[in-house]
Amino acid sequence: MKTGRFFKVWMSPALFLAPALLLIAVFFFIPVVASFLMSFTDFDIYSLADSSNARFVGLENYKNLLSDPLFWKAMRNTLYFVFVGVPLSLMVSLGTALLLNSKLIRFMSLFRLAYFLPVVTTLVAVAVVWRYIYHPSFGLVNYLLSFLGVGAVDWLGNPKWAMPALILMAVWKNFGYNMIIFIAGLQNIPPELYESARIDGAGKWQELLHITFPMLLPTTIFVSIITIIGYFQLFAEPYVMTQGGPMNATLSIVLLMYQEGFRWWRMGYSAALAFVLFLILFIATLVQLRLQKHYSGV
Amino acid sequence: MKLNKFLIHLLAIAIASMTLIPFLWMISASFMPQGGANQFPPRFIPDSFSLEHYIRLFKSMNILRYFFNSLILSVSITGLSLLVNSMAGFAFAKFHFPGKESLFKLLLAAMIIPAQVTMLPLFLMMNQMGLINSYLGVIIPGMASIFGIFLIRQYINSLPDSLLEAARLDGASDFKIYWHIVLPLAKPILVTLGLFTFMGTWNDFMWPLIIMTRENMYTLPVAMANLSGEHAQDTELMMAGAVLTVLPVIFVFLALQRFYIEGIMLGSVKE
Repeated sequence: MKTGRFFKVWMSPALFLAPALLLIAVFFFIPVVASFLMSFTDFDIYSLADSSNARFVGLENYKNLLSDPLFWKAMRNTLYFVFVGVPLSLMVSLGTALLLNSKLIRFMSLFRLAYFLPVVTTLVAVAVVWRYIYHPSFGLVNYLLSFLGVGAVDWLGNPKWAMPALILMAVWKNFGYNMIIFIAGLQNIPPELYESARIDGAGKWQELLHITFPMLLPTTIFVSIITIIGYFQLFAEPYVMTQGGPMNATLSIVLLMYQEGFRWWRMGYSAALAFVLFLILFIATLVQLRLQKHYSGV
Repeated sequence: MKLNKFLIHLLAIAIASMTLIPFLWMISASFMPQGGANQFPPRFIPDSFSLEHYIRLFKSMNILRYFFNSLILSVSITGLSLLVNSMAGFAFAKFHFPGKESLFKLLLAAMIIPAQVTMLPLFLMMNQMGLINSYLGVIIPGMASIFGIFLIRQYINSLPDSLLEAARLDGASDFKIYWHIVLPLAKPILVTLGLFTFMGTWNDFMWPLIIMTRENMYTLPVAMANLSGEHAQDTELMMAGAVLTVLPVIFVFLALQRFYIEGIMLGSVKE
C-alpha cells in the first residue's frame, strides 16, 4: 500500500515532466555547458571532421578576443545600437501609449493595430523592404528628405549613417510591442490619483510628471530590460541589409559570432564570443533586478 | 478642446502612415513591371499592373517549396510544443513533489541564457545525428520552451483544485484529468501560446539559416535573405517575395489579435 502510494506520487508528475525536461536538458543545458567548454578549446574546421583534433587552450580565445580590433568594433557597434536604439524605442513606445490612452482619441483599436503591425511581421522580409526604402536614388526616405532640401544620403553605404539607419528601422519595427505594455501600465494607474491631483489644481504636465511617470517606473524598468536583451542580439538587420558593412560599421557581436563560428568554423573562438554576450546580458539583468528592488517601494 | 482633439488625431494618423507606408509601398511595388520601383520620384501606384514577379517566384523560383518548409516547421513546432509544454506546465501547477520549487526556479533562471550560446554545440549535435538540412533539426530544439511552460503553469495554477479532485474521486487517471479537464479549460492560454509559437517560428531566422544550408530546405526568411543578395537589383521581385512571406503572419495575427495582445500582457506580468 505504502509503496503504491509512493509510486503514484512520484510517477505521475515525472511522466508529465519527462518530455519537456529531457528536451531542455539535452538540447539546451548540455549545449550551454558544451559551449562553455568549447570556448577553452581551439575547435575549428579540422575538429569538425574529428573532434579529437580540438585541443584545450585555456583562456587563449578570450585573450585573442580582447586584442582583436574586430571584436572591439563589433562591441562598440552593438553598444551604439543598444544605447541609442533602446531609449529612442522606449520614448516612442511611451509617447504612442500616452497618445492612444488619451480620452480624446477615437478609433483607438484601429490605431493600435496600425502601430503594432510591424511587430508581428517577418524581420527578414521587413529588412529587405527597408533596404529599398533606404536606396540612395530611388528610396522613400531620400525622397521625403528632398522636400526639406536635404541632398541624397547613401544610408546603408555610408559608415556614418548605416547604424542610425538600422536603429531607425529597428525602432519602427519594435516600438509597438512595448507600447502595448505601457498602455496596460497606464490603465493600471488608479484614477483617484488623477482626481485628487485635479482637486489640488495640478495641470496636465504636473500630472504627467508627478503621477504618470513615477507610477510607470516598474513597467519602464521591466520593458527596458527585455528591450536591452533583444537589442544586444542584433543579427538579422545587418545580415540582410549591410552584411555588417560598410567598413564593418554595422558588424554586431552576434553577426561576428555567426561569421566566426559558421563561416570560418572557428568554433572555439565563436563560443568565447557567445559567452561574452551572455556575460553582458547577465550583468544587465542583475542591474535591472537591483533597480526593481530599489524602486519597488514607490 | 476641439483643436486638441483635431491635433491628436492628426498626430495619430501621421504615426500610422509611418508604420503602414512601408507595407503599402511593398505591396504596390510587387505589382509594378520590371524597373517600375526604381524610379525617381518613387511611385506609390503602379504605372501598369503586373503579376510577372509572382509568376516568376512560383514558376522559376522555388517559393512554393520555401512556403511549405516554413509551414511544416511552424505547424509541427506549434502542435508539439503545446503538448510538451502543457504537460510540464500541468505538472508544475497541480502536483506536489520534492524539489519542485527549485527545479522551476532553475528553469526560470536559465531563461536569461541567450539562444546563441547553445547554437554551436547544437549544430555539432545535429550534425552527428544527421539532422542538418532536415525538418527535425529545427523541430526538435524548438519543441520545449521554458517561457511556454511558465505561461501554462501560471494559467493552470488559477484553475480550482476542486475540479480535479472531483474527477479523481470518480476514478479518472491523471492523464484523463489532464486531457479531458485541464486542456479544455486551458484553451485560452493554449491559443495564445500557440499563436506566439507559430509566428515566432515563421519569423525565425538565425537557427534555420544555420541548419538549412541546402536550397530546397530554406524557409521563407532564409530564402529571402539569400535571394536578396543575388537579386539585389530586382526590387519588384523581392517585394513580391516579401509580400508572400509577410502575408500569412499578418492574416493569422488579424484573426487572433486579441489572444496575441493578451499574451504580451501575461508575459510581462511578474510572478
